[in-house]
Amino acid sequence: MTAQKRLYSILKNAGLAIYAIFALFPLLWMVLLTFKSDAEMLTTTFVFHPTLVNYEEVLLKTDYFRYIKDSIIVAGGAVIISVLAGVPAAYALARYNFKKKEDIAFQILSFKFAPEILVVLPLYMIYDKLGLYDTYFGLIWVYQLISMPLIIWVVRGYFEDISVEIEHAAQVDGYSWWQIFFKILVPLIRPGLVASALLCFIFAWNSFTFPLLLAGIKIEPITVAATKYLAQNTVHYGQMAVAATFSALPSIIFAICIQKHLVRGLSFGAVKG
Amino acid sequence: MIQNNSTNNGGTAPTDLNVAPLSRRIRPYLIVAPALLITIGILIPFGMAIYFSMTGYTFRNPDPTFLGFKDFAFLKNWIRMFQDAQFWNAVWVTLRYAFWSTIIELLLGLGIAMLLGNTDNRFSRILRVALIFPLMVAPVIGTLIWQLMLRSGVGIIDKFLNTLGIYGMQWGASSKTAMLTVVMIDVWVNCPFVIILVLAGIQSLPKSPFESAKIDGGSAWFNFKTLTLPMLKPTILIALLFRLMAALQEFGIIFALTKGGPGDTLMSLSVTAYTRAFLYQKFSGALPFILVLWFIVNTVAKRIVTAWRKSQYQATGKELEEVAKKEGLIKRLVKGGKAK
Repeated sequence: MTAQKRLYSILKNAGLAIYAIFALFPLLWMVLLTFKSDAEMLTTTFVFHPTLVNYEEVLLKTDYFRYIKDSIIVAGGAVIISVLAGVPAAYALARYNFKKKEDIAFQILSFKFAPEILVVLPLYMIYDKLGLYDTYFGLIWVYQLISMPLIIWVVRGYFEDISVEIEHAAQVDGYSWWQIFFKILVPLIRPGLVASALLCFIFAWNSFTFPLLLAGIKIEPITVAATKYLAQNTVHYGQMAVAATFSALPSIIFAICIQKHLVRGLSFGAVKG
Repeated sequence: MIQNNSTNNGGTAPTDLNVAPLSRRIRPYLIVAPALLITIGILIPFGMAIYFSMTGYTFRNPDPTFLGFKDFAFLKNWIRMFQDAQFWNAVWVTLRYAFWSTIIELLLGLGIAMLLGNTDNRFSRILRVALIFPLMVAPVIGTLIWQLMLRSGVGIIDKFLNTLGIYGMQWGASSKTAMLTVVMIDVWVNCPFVIILVLAGIQSLPKSPFESAKIDGGSAWFNFKTLTLPMLKPTILIALLFRLMAALQEFGIIFALTKGGPGDTLMSLSVTAYTRAFLYQKFSGALPFILVLWFIVNTVAKRIVTAWRKSQYQATGKELEEVAKKEGLIKRLVKGGKAK
């Protein structure tokens, strides 16, 4: 029995280890490449002379910081608008009873399942006519399709978790609706709100289809820039790795910060982790 | 108390809307309106897509004067599409890609989540955090990393295969392995999504049925089949919903890896529509492709959501009751099952 148990435990850990290698090795290898000079790229595997030359090339000699800046502005702007418009909407959908409530909620959710290309093709024409093509505002607006459903659905769940009694008690104490909302409810949902906002930021930062087709000349978020890098520089693998690493880093750091709320955010509140 | 009745009843009962003043009645709509307006503005394209799919719009002919019926094509674009062999190929590629990536992610994700849920050592605790890294990397960046790993000369996987005596694997560049390669990358990026969802589902399962089953001494497989799986069904369906919808529409990974090639091996509906609209400049001819995709996605999503609602009801009530009756656990189950 104990031998069998030990065998089982070894198999279990081995299975996990194999998956861990599959999942994590590509990222480790990418970071490794960033320290490898072009000269050693093809001749060495794990043992080489680490150098920072790739970082210098990418960060100092290209427009990389501009791409990062574009990504921050667009993803950050999208999150801010979604939070400002989405949190009150989430509250209304959680607390009020009104006609068509569920229809509205599902309409908002359905944006999440709209094929991006379907939106982009006609939008390309509209943006072209309105002068929104290749502008920050144009991208921030279209990113609402990514961030708004997430904010509304996840935050709605957090509002529903708060007992109505708390609001009633505050009313008895003479708080106005605004005071209740900002002084009592918002602080209560803050961890969940921050987590879903960060998750929105990650998704907007990672978005590729929208910026590829609706921007790309003056405004070039990092995902689009990095893929162009791959297409142009077929020999400087180390520099590509730097580009990829800098694109992946913020997302991973944010994800670690919001670990606790991640399941809820990713499943739009359907699975409460 | 009474004056705020309609605003703060917590959605438990229909309120006296007839009594409440107009300002209070429209307040919820006013609060939802900004969010709705922002997103619906983006939705106008949906209607336009259907409309323009019936015109002769191209970038060179940006004014097809459809109201004057000059270039009104009606169903021409649609008929042409259904007669097009590339369209049927695109549907087939889309369905195959979605099927394989989703099924592998679900099975692998379920397996790894079960392993993680049953293990509690330092390794598994670190893994729970580290596993989400690939999910957080942009899919196109993930594709870029895999491209480097697979590339002959520099790629570590290529080097590894060379030591095993395998040379010249073409991966994305060969029509035989292109599908395998994109599915592999999709699994790498998205499997963690299934893992962390199922893991959360496992952790929220009620303890008591399992304790009772332990006393009854059922095999591990029996417990998994009759207890864990039915109770996890809602979580699994949510994972299926999100993954399948995204896989049907996947554009970034395929585009970044091969742009749909070699030939039309990976020409899914999304990639075909992009290629036709932006490379061939046949804008209105590309729209039906993507409208068909939208129809597929919508139909499938509705079915899964229905199944999810049903399973939620079953998982917390009916079906488990029957299982429990067989096991003689009913009392404990009702206590644990409703705790959720």
